[in-house]
Amino acid sequence: MGRYIIRRVFGFIPVLFAVALFTFILVRVIPGGPFDYAGEKALPPQVVANIEAKYHLDWPVTWQFVSYLFGDDVVEFLSAGKYQQPADGGSKGLIRGDFGPSLRYRGQSVTDIIKGTFPISFQLGLLAMIIGLSIGVPAGIIAALKQNSWLDYTATFIAVLGVSVPSMVLGPVLIWLFAVKLGWLPVATWGAKPPFILGLFPRDILSWKFWSHAIMPAIAMGTGMSASIARLTRASLLQVIREDYIRTARAKGLSERTVIAIHALKNSMIPVVTIMGPLFAAVVTGSLIIEQIFGINGMGRHFVQSVGNRDYPLLMGVTLVYTFLLLIANLMVDLTYAWLDPRIRYD
Amino acid sequence: MAVANLSAEDEEILSRRQRSLWRDSLARLMRNRLALISGAVVVLLVFVAIFADKMAPYDYATQDLDANNAVPSYLMWLMPKHAERYAKIDNSFLLGADYLGRDLLSRTLYGTRVSLSIAVVASLVSLTVGTIYGTISGYVGGKVDNLMMRLVDFLYGFPFLIVVILLQTYFKALARVGAEGGFAKVLLDWNAKMGGMLLLFIAIGLVNWIGMARLARGQVLSYKEKEFVEAARAVGASHTRIIFRHLIPNVMGPLIVAETLAIPGYIFTEAFLSFSGLGVDPPTPSWGIMISEGVQNLRTYPLQILVPAAALSITTLAFNFLGDGLRDAFDPRMAE
Repeated sequence: MGRYIIRRVFGFIPVLFAVALFTFILVRVIPGGPFDYAGEKALPPQVVANIEAKYHLDWPVTWQFVSYLFGDDVVEFLSAGKYQQPADGGSKGLIRGDFGPSLRYRGQSVTDIIKGTFPISFQLGLLAMIIGLSIGVPAGIIAALKQNSWLDYTATFIAVLGVSVPSMVLGPVLIWLFAVKLGWLPVATWGAKPPFILGLFPRDILSWKFWSHAIMPAIAMGTGMSASIARLTRASLLQVIREDYIRTARAKGLSERTVIAIHALKNSMIPVVTIMGPLFAAVVTGSLIIEQIFGINGMGRHFVQSVGNRDYPLLMGVTLVYTFLLLIANLMVDLTYAWLDPRIRYD
Repeated sequence: MAVANLSAEDEEILSRRQRSLWRDSLARLMRNRLALISGAVVVLLVFVAIFADKMAPYDYATQDLDANNAVPSYLMWLMPKHAERYAKIDNSFLLGADYLGRDLLSRTLYGTRVSLSIAVVASLVSLTVGTIYGTISGYVGGKVDNLMMRLVDFLYGFPFLIVVILLQTYFKALARVGAEGGFAKVLLDWNAKMGGMLLLFIAIGLVNWIGMARLARGQVLSYKEKEFVEAARAVGASHTRIIFRHLIPNVMGPLIVAETLAIPGYIFTEAFLSFSGLGVDPPTPSWGIMISEGVQNLRTYPLQILVPAAALSITTLAFNFLGDGLRDAFDPRMAE
């Protein structure tokens, strides 16, 4: 098992490298540069050239990529001094944990921006996933156990409704209802600020201020998730309770509660776990939209904006963080899989 | 010979038309009322998309700045208290007008075109490419299969939204700069004519075949050892014939179901891209653009977001119910 995990983590490297290379090239092929405009005004070419030289954008793309991955000192060494490391040491490179400077937010490093915004997206995504699981799984179980009752029909109908209404729609509707019409909740922004506990969690998690801001975006994101989890749980549990071993368990005289809780549930969770990977990706997508709608200063906003701003290092940083999370999520899905189904062995 | 002496009853059985898998499924689908209604809604949407120019009371791009943010009197209850006093009541717009005084109903009707075109093109592209790729991979097997699936697994690890966003940014910047000639110019001209939809089709189509390829391969693997394929091989059918006559018709069912259930995803992707300014070009009306414009006015004129939001939700709802119905029809074990 340990060896399997290590092998998988090493398998991340080529994917991350490919994503980095692809993004690095494509974003530079896109016409237009990061310093074409200062506000509304176009900058003179000489000024642009000077700023670009500061960020090594005048280097050949290959050397820029080497610098991004390994640092300026490596570039100087490999190019035999043709491309000089700046006096302040320059970029230390991705492998030494340096994401480089942001081109748009002058004076801020990409690492700082990610440290400040990622926890907010993380908190939002975590709340959404908690909502998704804690509503989706029980609803699916009830629907399956009471199959073809009005409870089942209602739950199934609501679930399809939940899958069909995108967060892009649900968010504004919630704002309209609870913030504008009823005035119960604040319209926008997030209720927690850095520094965060362990770099991730809000300090004032028990305060109403945090929850009053968090509740609407988390529901807007979590609803679709809980709906698809409920649908899958129902379908999967229905299949499992028709299996022979369930009949055996019943024939042994076990109580219905034991049969469902011990024998059926664990097995029915296997397909549910498989979609946690794609769902995690959906959290990422969702966060891009929800953060725009609710004006939350999370990492998702930087994603779309950095493409538009041609803020190359910021885009690279955000992309790589997302890719890494996606890979981790897929690995966790596979590991949970093995735990739920002992026939699956990784070695 | 025994074969020659068929009784009348045997003759009758032999000549009776076989009930195919498809016919069975269709019969089951017809019994599912919710799926039928959803199917009717989808047909209606297609109808709206085709005849949007005949049905829309106004042009989608014509601005009437005197009537900006107009609200019809029967929808005033949607307005928040603080904005009621400023509202322009104008009943000539059935569902009100947006911040530039463009008719919301007309824009929503035209928006059907974008969403449904995406649904059709993206699903055709991903179905075709995915089915062919997956079928070949599964049928040939061995090293080729291994290699082809390695590529798919690798691409699967890619964050696709990021790829689509990058591709769209690239395409859009290219469209702004323009191309000198050749293929790129033809492409960009067509794209401009279609209001920016062509490049969106390409971007979404390029990335969505992967799941379909996996599904197709799995299906082919389970079918290719079956007796009927063995029999076809025994009578000397060519590989092409086996693939196109025997395998693809059998694996198509689950693929079509998966595709129908994926359509809401395509529609969301388009809406999301247009919402972020990376989708179709204004003033082409897309529900995503309308929603992003509506968000700006959400606190004062909620109608502007509720109308496209409702259209988007109804469309995806119809496709989801239809997809569910199709799945139950093709795989009766699921329905019970």
